[in-house]
Amino acid sequence: MKDKSAPAIPRTEPIQSATFSNPVNAEIRRAAATGIYDIRGGGAKRRVPHFDDLLFLGASISRYPLEGYREKCDTRVTLGTRFAKNPIKLDIPVTIAGMSFGALSSPAKEALGRGASAAGTSTTTGDGGMTEEERGHSTKLVYQYLPSRYGMNPTDLRRADAIEIVVGQGAKPGGGGMLLGQKISDRVAGMRNLPKGIDQRSACRHPDWTGPDDLEIKILEIREITGWKVPIYVKIGGTRPYYDTTLAVKAGADVVVLDGMQGGTAATQDVFIENVGLPTLACIRPAVQALQDLGLHREVQLIVSGGIRTGADVAKAIALGADAVAIGTAALVALGDNDPKWEAEYQKLGTTTGAYDDWHEGRDPAGITTQDPELMARFDPIEGGRRLRNYLKVLTLEAQTIARACGHNHLHNLEPEDLCALTMEAAAMARVPLAGTDWYPGKAGF
Amino acid sequence: MQTFDLEVRGLRALNETLHAQAGNTNQTVWEVINAKGSHAIAVGLDAPIEVNVKGSTGYYCAGMNSQATVHVHGSAGPGVAENMMSGTVIIEGDASQYAGATGHGGLLVIKGNASSRCGISMKGIDIVVHGNIGHMSAFMAQSGNLVVLGNAGDALGDSLYEARLFVRGSVKSLGADCIEKEMRPEHIEILRDLLERADADARPEEFKRYGSARKLYNFDVDNAAAY
Repeated sequence: MKDKSAPAIPRTEPIQSATFSNPVNAEIRRAAATGIYDIRGGGAKRRVPHFDDLLFLGASISRYPLEGYREKCDTRVTLGTRFAKNPIKLDIPVTIAGMSFGALSSPAKEALGRGASAAGTSTTTGDGGMTEEERGHSTKLVYQYLPSRYGMNPTDLRRADAIEIVVGQGAKPGGGGMLLGQKISDRVAGMRNLPKGIDQRSACRHPDWTGPDDLEIKILEIREITGWKVPIYVKIGGTRPYYDTTLAVKAGADVVVLDGMQGGTAATQDVFIENVGLPTLACIRPAVQALQDLGLHREVQLIVSGGIRTGADVAKAIALGADAVAIGTAALVALGDNDPKWEAEYQKLGTTTGAYDDWHEGRDPAGITTQDPELMARFDPIEGGRRLRNYLKVLTLEAQTIARACGHNHLHNLEPEDLCALTMEAAAMARVPLAGTDWYPGKAGF
Repeated sequence: MQTFDLEVRGLRALNETLHAQAGNTNQTVWEVINAKGSHAIAVGLDAPIEVNVKGSTGYYCAGMNSQATVHVHGSAGPGVAENMMSGTVIIEGDASQYAGATGHGGLLVIKGNASSRCGISMKGIDIVVHGNIGHMSAFMAQSGNLVVLGNAGDALGDSLYEARLFVRGSVKSLGADCIEKEMRPEHIEILRDLLERADADARPEEFKRYGSARKLYNFDVDNAAAY
């Protein structure tokens, strides 16, 4: 018989497994129920070393700052100076990354053009071709040349301000894409020469060239078609940035676009997004090193993308050697993606503000990543363009603030010596000293 | 006829000169000599002119062609007539990989053989090959017609969409979701017209038609083994 007066035996507190966490177990249950991997949009959500792990040192006795409200800090950048007759001249070093019509609604593409143009920068097409809305509202439009060649034609090629040959992207380097049937409207289907409603695969590699020697000839062909007028970018996903940058430059690129794993995609497998590729921070210095080893740093420009959110991120990327950055996810958020005002509808979709990433399903409450006419009607491209312009201006002002504090009268004068790292990992990746030391992993002398 | 010596005047001058020809040009016939396997010959043309290339060409001859007729009196390197929009491209010899890749329109005639990936991702172009074609031809082909008087290599029409494939000879193997289909009267007529335009000595009735089974059009996990 149990002695009721005996003290209770302390129980072990329930402990959740760090390995089999609730989200991990939920994914196992989802996989077991459906038999299919999870597909989503966006970039890597896992914590990786990032620009947050870097700090600027600022000026003091050894360097003196510029007056924030009086002394000029230039932000202009020219892209494509190597071979193109007409390089792109931008007022700010923040561009809009390629996002397709199909993945985005046409009003959203229009808003990107409006906002970018008002801020004095470029926007970029995406898989599926060039729409009149984005051409008409984009002062500077970069035309992506993708493996699928959906919508590719010489007329649009010639009315582009630059051409970006997409080899890979940070969210899924080595992978293709899939635009699911529910987003294939009549217009999207027509532009892609495919029936309405079927899943449209985007190939993972180009159909008519393989390897850097072929790429060189492909670039020659595009230059001949466009009369050597416009810059040719080569976009790579962050995997082997030193070698890929070297090969892109060898093939004749005017500009290298380097996209880290935090860079978004319209849709791919979650396992791909979270487990393939390098963090943006780890990509920049090897790419810059490649350009320096070739004697072409600043002659071949470097655009970095993947997780740029603030003017500090812009400044840090440039300090590490980039000439400009590109934003995608942040631009969508500026337009109204994942806005709390749609929380009730996010809840109905089984998600919440800030976490909504099922862009491929075409049910975006904000009307941005959809082709549903009713949802699209919620989005005002004029207001969206205004919001994007404001955001781009803030990014620029923030980056200028930091540059002046470091004593620079142009954003491009920022340099690695302006930075330190808060963690060993960030120090190793960015090749800047751990805060309070003059050492970083890999540096000789210790 | 205008004669252009590529060796003397160079590629940039050739394409610049051909691009300058408008629809009402009276310089409608051009001859390019000393091609010597050069890349990107006569790319991006957009006028109803005729360009005769003497000798073989390198990569991407007649790439993105519109309206023009480009006639290669030799063989063509990879990607001939890639992304062609309209017009006609004729290769007297053989063609290397990716012939007619992603082409949207026009007619590509190859009087010899074509290598692998002929018609890859084609989007409306018509291709007639008098000889054989290599493996993975018409991979992800979206629309248009591929006609082969000879034999086809492995994995013909893998992941095919709505393109029509006509083969007179043998097919080593069919790719995922590609099946033989009934040759209906409308297909005979399409084929007859293409054979005539391609100056091909064959009867439509000798061909078999291949197309998409359309089982992979929407992702289904039960089809995962096919991918």
